[in-house]
Amino acid sequence: MMEKLEILTASAKYDVACTSSGASRSGQPGSLGNAVSMGICHSFAADGRCISLLKVLMTNGCIYDCAYCVNRKSNPTRRAAFTPEEIANLTMQFYRRNYIEGLFLSSGIMRSPDYTTEQLIAALELLRNVYNFRGYIHVKAIPGADDVLLSRLGLLADRMSVNIELPSQESLNRLAPDKSKQSILKPMGLIKNKITENSSDLVKYKHTPRFAPAGQSTQMIIGATPDTDYQILNLTEGLYKKYGLKRIFYSAYTPVVEDSLLPALDTKPPLLREHRLYQADWLLRFYGFEAKELLDEAAPNFNPLLDPKCSWAINHREQFPVEINRAPYETLLRVPGIGVRSAQRILKARRAGSLDFYALKKLGVVLKRAQFFITCKGKPLEGLKVGEHTLLRSLMSGQELAKFQQPEVEQLSFFDDSYMAALPEAGRAATFGKGV
Amino acid sequence: MFKTTALAYTYDGSFEGLLCCVFESYEWKETPLAIHSLEEGQGLLLESKWIETDSVKADRVLRSIPLKISPEAEELVRLGFWSNAMDKEMLLLNFLYLGFTHGRRVMNMLADDTVSALNKAVQQLRREGHHYLGFVRFSVYGPVMAAVIEPRGYILPVIEDHFCDRFQNESFMIYDKTHGMALLHQPGRQAIIPLQEWIPPEPDEAEAAYRRLWQGFYNAIGIKERKNDRLRASLMPKRYWKQLPEMNGNAPALPALPARQEQTARRLKSGRPRKLQ
Ligand code: SF4
Repeated sequence: MMEKLEILTASAKYDVACTSSGASRSGQPGSLGNAVSMGICHSFAADGRCISLLKVLMTNGCIYDCAYCVNRKSNPTRRAAFTPEEIANLTMQFYRRNYIEGLFLSSGIMRSPDYTTEQLIAALELLRNVYNFRGYIHVKAIPGADDVLLSRLGLLADRMSVNIELPSQESLNRLAPDKSKQSILKPMGLIKNKITENSSDLVKYKHTPRFAPAGQSTQMIIGATPDTDYQILNLTEGLYKKYGLKRIFYSAYTPVVEDSLLPALDTKPPLLREHRLYQADWLLRFYGFEAKELLDEAAPNFNPLLDPKCSWAINHREQFPVEINRAPYETLLRVPGIGVRSAQRILKARRAGSLDFYALKKLGVVLKRAQFFITCKGKPLEGLKVGEHTLLRSLMSGQELAKFQQPEVEQLSFFDDSYMAALPEAGRAATFGKGV
Repeated sequence: MFKTTALAYTYDGSFEGLLCCVFESYEWKETPLAIHSLEEGQGLLLESKWIETDSVKADRVLRSIPLKISPEAEELVRLGFWSNAMDKEMLLLNFLYLGFTHGRRVMNMLADDTVSALNKAVQQLRREGHHYLGFVRFSVYGPVMAAVIEPRGYILPVIEDHFCDRFQNESFMIYDKTHGMALLHQPGRQAIIPLQEWIPPEPDEAEAAYRRLWQGFYNAIGIKERKNDRLRASLMPKRYWKQLPEMNGNAPALPALPARQEQTARRLKSGRPRKLQ
């Protein structure tokens, strides 16, 4: 059992969808568990990623041969498979001990997409109907499986996902010859329709079982192909709008197999790039930004030295400074150093009296960054000096960079010319405010 | 404002006791320089005045909070009391002064030093509570489960509903070693009671096997190319590790509840502020 668990965990570990958020269900006498919509991390792996679900594959055997995948048919690796009974039992035992928030179940494709889906259904039926498990379940929809089977699966799970894996059709053709954009988008569309249908049924009939109540998500591999951040972010935006996805996960590509089409085995996963994409994704979902505001054809990749919001602010100096005591919420959100929480606190605290810089600090505003972009009662921060490079230096978060430090970034000097060039007219940013 | 007296108040460390300190301060129109709980002893330099806990007085103060300030203020005060902020008693006293002066407006005065410090303390308590939703580790023995935690703040009441909802059918205990308190639950009943000491028994074979499987899973899920100890330690601070089997902690196993504790466990959950020993 231990060996199986290790093999099937190791082959699932590159999937990033670890969160259990989005479903809310209280406990019930006679059954085990509940679901909490904010998500709960139960542990953190040695790589710092949150563990909240028992994340395993049903089997790591696969009839397909995707170039980037450890489980590809042509990769000589140890194979194993769980029975539905084993999956269900392990989930229950781990859940009782509060090791996990639920199950994330995926699988290599054994025999056929339909057969694989039936196995997944069997495991989930055991959990839900025999063990009365009310915890969280995230299941992978297998591309190519029958609609009827996918529909049954979705009724047993909280979240369903199909991985996009690669940002463009071209990359997909090269690296995942057995998959097509169509085979991925079709189940995605099906899930979306089921969710919409289901929510109107829920209005009509009270006891309709819920279809994937936490919605659907997907994942993309970053850095295995030459696709740019701009392409990725546009795709992201499209997916949120068209398919109503709840989350998109980005996974810095870690080379696992030798392949002439892929980065060499000793390539480090581009963690900083992954981080920038998460930051940008956040800006799309919670800050009202659009992809085309953040990047364009001319500058299609994020600057490693500045987070996307700072980059945007530097390029849009005409919109600053913002008066803290008057600016509407949406405008406050666009100021570097002001997050959703501090913006809300500003609104609240403004009602009790007007705010100065000292007050902002207490509200959790990161003044180090915000100071260049705001005024309080019409005045910039007293003594604020914005020299040649002070602005940039203050906007770069050394801590953040250190977290993702990798050779390629280390080699850059902080003021490496090529990156300075990527920040148009940074020196001129100093023209607003009082300092200069 | 009241005159500041070169006095410290000493009280029994309970929430009601603190409310009586507030009462005392208003009655004598005096602000003490410090408030100490019995447990932490008294400041060396100050003369101290013993404040007797009197539930009638405490009740008067407590009832005036939602009336004169707001219901949210009452929650803030309660949570603030459970936090481990330095000088939390003086912080709460100052907050109540402000609240009784400004009314519900005080809840918006986020830039005020006292309000901001109290909010921070409460935020920290909530954060720790949220951490423990994930970091509690039960050991299972037969029909019962038990966990040991060592939180900084007094978070049992914060996590109580979550675990009682999640494990409605289970009998379990969460023992807070720091504060000498335990949350006990049996189907249909729950209570938080004082428990000075409890040593978890050795795990049985099944329990040990599942811990090993969990460790195996934990080790297999990390990606070595992305190893990042600093990031992990910032997300899961080391002070939690002791009780986590995956970090080689020794989690407890059999919760053999002595008969007397079991009886106390039958005391139904009460909505009143619990005394914190
Ligand atoms: S279908 Fe999935 S498991 Fe199979 S090789 Fe492709 S990515 Fe890997």
